[in-house]
Amino acid sequence: MKVLAYLEVLDGALKKTAFETITAALSVASASGGSVVGIAIGASADAVKAAADYGLADCLIAKHDILAKQSASAVAETLAQAAKAENADVVLLPASSTGKEIAPRLAIKLEAGYAPDSVALAVEGGNVSVTRPVYAGKARLTVKITTAKKVITIRPNVFTAKKVAATLATRDFAPSLSDSHVKASVSSVSRNQGKLDVAEADIIVSGGRGLKGPENFHLVETLAGTLGAAVGASRAVVDAGWRPHGEQVGQTGKTVSPTLYVAAGISGAVQHLAGMSSSKVIVAINKDKDAPIFQIADYGIIGDALEVLPKLTEKAKAIVQR
Amino acid sequence: MNILVSISHVPDTATKIVVGADGKSIDSKGVKYIMNPYDEFALEEALRLKEKNGGTVTVATVGGDGAKDVLRTALALQVDKAIFLKAENPDSFVVASSIADVAKEVKPDIILFGRQSIDFDSFQVAPMVAELLDMPSVTITSKLDINGTSVSAERDIEGGKETVSTTLPLVVSAQKGLNEPRYPKLPDIMKAKSKPIEERVANGAAARVEVVGMELPAAKGKGKVFGDSEGDIAELVKLLHEEAKVI
Ligand SMILES: Cc1cc2nc3c(=O)[nH]c(=O)nc-3n(C[C@H](O)[C@H](O)[C@H](O)COP(=O)(O)OP(=O)(O)OC[C@H]3O[C@@H](n4cnc5c(N)ncnc54)[C@H](O)[C@@H]3O)c2cc1C
Ligand SMILES: Nc1ncnc2c1ncn2[C@@H]1O[C@H](COP(=O)(O)O)[C@@H](O)[C@H]1O
Repeated sequence: MKVLAYLEVLDGALKKTAFETITAALSVASASGGSVVGIAIGASADAVKAAADYGLADCLIAKHDILAKQSASAVAETLAQAAKAENADVVLLPASSTGKEIAPRLAIKLEAGYAPDSVALAVEGGNVSVTRPVYAGKARLTVKITTAKKVITIRPNVFTAKKVAATLATRDFAPSLSDSHVKASVSSVSRNQGKLDVAEADIIVSGGRGLKGPENFHLVETLAGTLGAAVGASRAVVDAGWRPHGEQVGQTGKTVSPTLYVAAGISGAVQHLAGMSSSKVIVAINKDKDAPIFQIADYGIIGDALEVLPKLTEKAKAIVQR
Repeated sequence: MNILVSISHVPDTATKIVVGADGKSIDSKGVKYIMNPYDEFALEEALRLKEKNGGTVTVATVGGDGAKDVLRTALALQVDKAIFLKAENPDSFVVASSIADVAKEVKPDIILFGRQSIDFDSFQVAPMVAELLDMPSVTITSKLDINGTSVSAERDIEGGKETVSTTLPLVVSAQKGLNEPRYPKLPDIMKAKSKPIEERVANGAAARVEVVGMELPAAKGKGKVFGDSEGDIAELVKLLHEEAKVI
């Protein structure tokens, strides 16, 4: 199968999701005896070169003035035109906030079936089966796309980007777009300055009501700082106004899959687990040995988070700085 | 203002999931179904828009007979019209096509959805409907300002917020924070029981995605649990470094 991989760009450079998408695309292509072509919007040929380290040999660089407006509908149209021009059977995108807005539109344009938020892909015959967590992570659903063309998004942080050397050739791609393709445009973006976001972090340290008050969250922040991690929070502490909503992990917050998730003073309610149970390694710190969080934790410490966190930070520092 | 709200019915979040005999769906025995929590924000926004601008609120749902309950809840909140589109296990494309059919008839200025339905979290019906109707869409919306036909909306993105400018008619998917949903009053719940629900068959499009199987996640082996002594914490950090290799 021929796979078109959408490489996300931020401030002119490829995002981490771009390398993950390449890795996933290469696995589908090799299992089905096909090839991969990348497509990037808003990046220079130089910036796209980083993709060669992950095995990408062929990449389109889409250029059009209209694409500067960052409109999901215009990006969907660009990808649809590229998929047709390249005869792609599968289009892979990251299940990021923009990827999830582009992909359903793209699927309609290509008359393709769409499988979102994949955590596992398997090629069977001419088909791809796609697995994702459903019911707040309480079950896993596997679907098959029955149409000839397929659109799939992959959950960030799950398909670990693999380094494979390749020689990359880039090609300019000029989609034919008009203002009618811009249905909505981004007029401004405000980023949480200097802070790593839970949705993109490799490591997350989260705090819950067990921290006792907002004044103790510096303990969570210090450990996060030491590990290069993002700070997360349970809904209880967000609702109490201790932490901003952007940090909330869970069903009504963000879904995360970091390599390491540390939950301090969090009971592990099902709605919290919904957002983090696909983390690779989970560490729980809780003074109640029966707290449900221990049921999914790989490592646990039974103790007072206010005392454990500083000790943990100190020991981690010794290792991280080595 | 002509407003359409698309709502789904989903198992309560506290539901214990048991895979049914078909190995493809949940065993619905004893499962309590509720209105998708994000759709409450969508419905609330619709009611507020009507209060401010006048007009009508139509709600629609696609599903089996059980799904009708959420329309009763919406009727208790005083929506003007409820449409039930009958389909057994529709995929998202069939849902989107059916909602788009209703929209073609209602000609709404705005169609409101939830950010995602919490059963399959698939996050696709709203942009699909927008594409089918060639309309703009804003997803994960936490703030919505409508001025005449021009719209400014805020949406959550990784690491921040994005302000989007667009125009009516528009598809919006609601995020928590958009508003505080109201609850129906008991007398209104009683009255809603006898209000009419318009029933039709869903769009006959062929599904594009087929369920192969559903399973419970592999049970995690018991984790390693430590006390809070210096030695225990040192051991944990060592394991995170050497065994799990995550720090
Ligand atoms: C529709 C719906 C959606 C929801 N969405 C979310 C969501 O997105 N995210 C989310 O997190 N929740 C969500 N919730 C709320 C969820 O059900 C829980 O109420 C919430 O997660 C609890 O937060 P918590 O663990 O911080 O607090 P608690 O449940 O109060 O737990 C505190 C924990 O800290 C421990 N503790 C106390 N003191 C200490 C100490 N000194 N040291 C160590 N441990 C200590 C206690 O043993 C306890 O386990 C949702 C609920 C509903 C109904
Ligand atoms: N069966 C359905 N009937 C009506 N609306 C639905 C249905 N399924 C999903 N929706 C709407 O689409 C939104 C997103 O759902 P989903 O794309 O399934 O995650 C929901 O919040 C509802 O507003």
